[in-house]
Amino acid sequence: MNIHEYQSKEILREFGVSVPNGHVAFTVDEAVEAAEKLGTDVSVVKAQIHAGGRGKAGGVKVAQNLDEVRTYAGEILGKTLVTPQTGPEGTEVKRLLIEEGCDIQKEYYIGLVLDSGSSRVVMMGSEEGGTEIEEVAAATPEKIFQEVIDPGVGLSGYQARRLAFNLNIPKELVGKVVKFMMGLYQAFVEKDCSIAEINPLVTTGDGDVMALDAKFNFDDNALYRQKDIAELRDLDEEDPKEIEASEYDLSYISLDGDIGCMVNGAGLAMATMDIIKHYGGDPANFLDVGGGATAEKVTEAFKIILSDENVKGIFVNIFGGIMKCDVIAEGVVEATKQVGLEIPLVVRLEGTNVDLGKKILDESGLNITSADSMGDGAQKIVEMVK
Amino acid sequence: MSILVNKDTKVLVQGITGSTAAFHTKEMLAYGTKIVAGVTPGRAGEEVEGVPVFNTVEDAVKETGATVSVIYVPAPFAADAILEAVDAEIDLAICITEHIPVLDMVKVKRYMEGKKTRLIGPNCPGVITPDECKVGIMPGYIHTKGHIGVVSRSGTLTYEAVHQLSEQGYGQSSAVGIGGDPVNGTNFIDVLKAYNDDPNTYAVMMIGEIGGSAEEEAARWIKENMTKPVVGFIGGVTAPPGKRMGHAGAIISGGQGTAEEKIRVMNECGIEVAETPSVMGETLIKVLKDNKLEEKCKTHA
Repeated sequence: MNIHEYQSKEILREFGVSVPNGHVAFTVDEAVEAAEKLGTDVSVVKAQIHAGGRGKAGGVKVAQNLDEVRTYAGEILGKTLVTPQTGPEGTEVKRLLIEEGCDIQKEYYIGLVLDSGSSRVVMMGSEEGGTEIEEVAAATPEKIFQEVIDPGVGLSGYQARRLAFNLNIPKELVGKVVKFMMGLYQAFVEKDCSIAEINPLVTTGDGDVMALDAKFNFDDNALYRQKDIAELRDLDEEDPKEIEASEYDLSYISLDGDIGCMVNGAGLAMATMDIIKHYGGDPANFLDVGGGATAEKVTEAFKIILSDENVKGIFVNIFGGIMKCDVIAEGVVEATKQVGLEIPLVVRLEGTNVDLGKKILDESGLNITSADSMGDGAQKIVEMVK
Repeated sequence: MSILVNKDTKVLVQGITGSTAAFHTKEMLAYGTKIVAGVTPGRAGEEVEGVPVFNTVEDAVKETGATVSVIYVPAPFAADAILEAVDAEIDLAICITEHIPVLDMVKVKRYMEGKKTRLIGPNCPGVITPDECKVGIMPGYIHTKGHIGVVSRSGTLTYEAVHQLSEQGYGQSSAVGIGGDPVNGTNFIDVLKAYNDDPNTYAVMMIGEIGGSAEEEAARWIKENMTKPVVGFIGGVTAPPGKRMGHAGAIISGGQGTAEEKIRVMNECGIEVAETPSVMGETLIKVLKDNKLEEKCKTHA
């Protein structure tokens, strides 16, 4: 789960990590009020959307006075920002962060990620702040330094110091940077983050160290114990069908095609998309109904697929293990009873309770094309939606 | 011969009184697995499918001599269940549970360093040695005894591959699901090593997916060390970047972990990769023919 920059900065404050003063604003008047409250000569008007690349898309403006704050806030609020991360349709700006300007001396990068290779959290740092870390990694990998953190003892002082020295932090600021890194690591583990990126971390003219931007991503599997984080979820940033799916614990991702897919298991769901594409079709979604799904969940899943206007046909591909084929069949029958079915439906069932599942579908009287294998099913549905 | 489990393996089930665990306990028993004990704290003295329930793994091991534990405990308590199995010096813990917070697994992995127990999973279908022992949630009937080793990050894709092989008359020595989480107990290389050392395994099917670099590392290991042919498949060629595709570990981020890159490295290391998931079996059989292993691997009834 992602949150906004201003929310990330509130978490950083909680952990003693310094960030510029700032306030969130939902209207132009609130933006001006926020700038007044800051009382600084220069303030920054920043669009709050989850996607990165806001600056280049015109979502960040430096205002020299309150009039400029009003002008920029008016321009940015309601604007649809298109960045490399939003996709071509862009994201509408509904919130702003009004922040004090600061006298930047130098920009650095600090990030924490989970490294699956070492099964540890790794802190990464670079002197090349302000640029995407992937670009730095591609062009000048020698400028990225890493500290692998032992979860038993956490980030050690010597590791933070070593990273600070490697980044050529001025020696009078090393203490502050170390404190910054320690706070960031605490926030990461206590809030169950999966990514925490400070880009840039800046040193300022008056000798401060601050997070000028902050991007946090949280482990969805840990949200049950992070209630305060779960409340920060911004539904405006998500696809409505994905929101609905998440209410039923379904793993659903919207895509651009016209063949709806309902599959059990993430691997098979991905492979089903791949094979549809291989036979010249276009998947409309990724949908893993999961292992523990009930007939009710399957019904909802089927309804979500049918609610997508682009969908011209549906391919149900099930290989039951923990998921039982009869549960899938019951869910499909119930959903079509509730909302009707006017488009082709191809079903491939295999695995646990397969005979029971096939029987339920046969006796339902629904117009279902059955498939013997996933290749057969993919070819059939692609042919039928042509 | 086989890897990890066989007909003599004594298995205990952690979380046995839950509905999923109870269902699969019944299935495993029906397959012939020696389920000797179950564990649910506070439920000692009860029975599930005729299997005695104990309060702790330690008690269950002491009373029954179980050496393998399969874990169906719900995600918030699953990391603790793994630690309990490790502390009781179980040889092999197989964690089926999905949605375990990843930082819990980071701690579990650290705790396991230098300990006796091997962990498979979490978020995996388990391990099966056909006709001998099924530990997990896979449908037993699709498997046949034979000489192909299967290893996969995805449960359902494992079933798909196994089913294709069985239908063509190529049985499996064992099939291992290592799970779809970014931090897991056993990786491809661990399982490949076991298959390489198992005299009954003549070839291996390795099924990966987008995210991380486990497949690339395995491919390089195969090139250097593997004496048996390996065929691959990678799911997620059409997955959009930046989106987590169901499995916590299945995400392309910052241009890393793409299917194209994995397939490229695998090909470079001499591994043939099936073009679609429906030809995983066919591709392996073709490679068996190329290596003159076809007859040896064909399962004679």
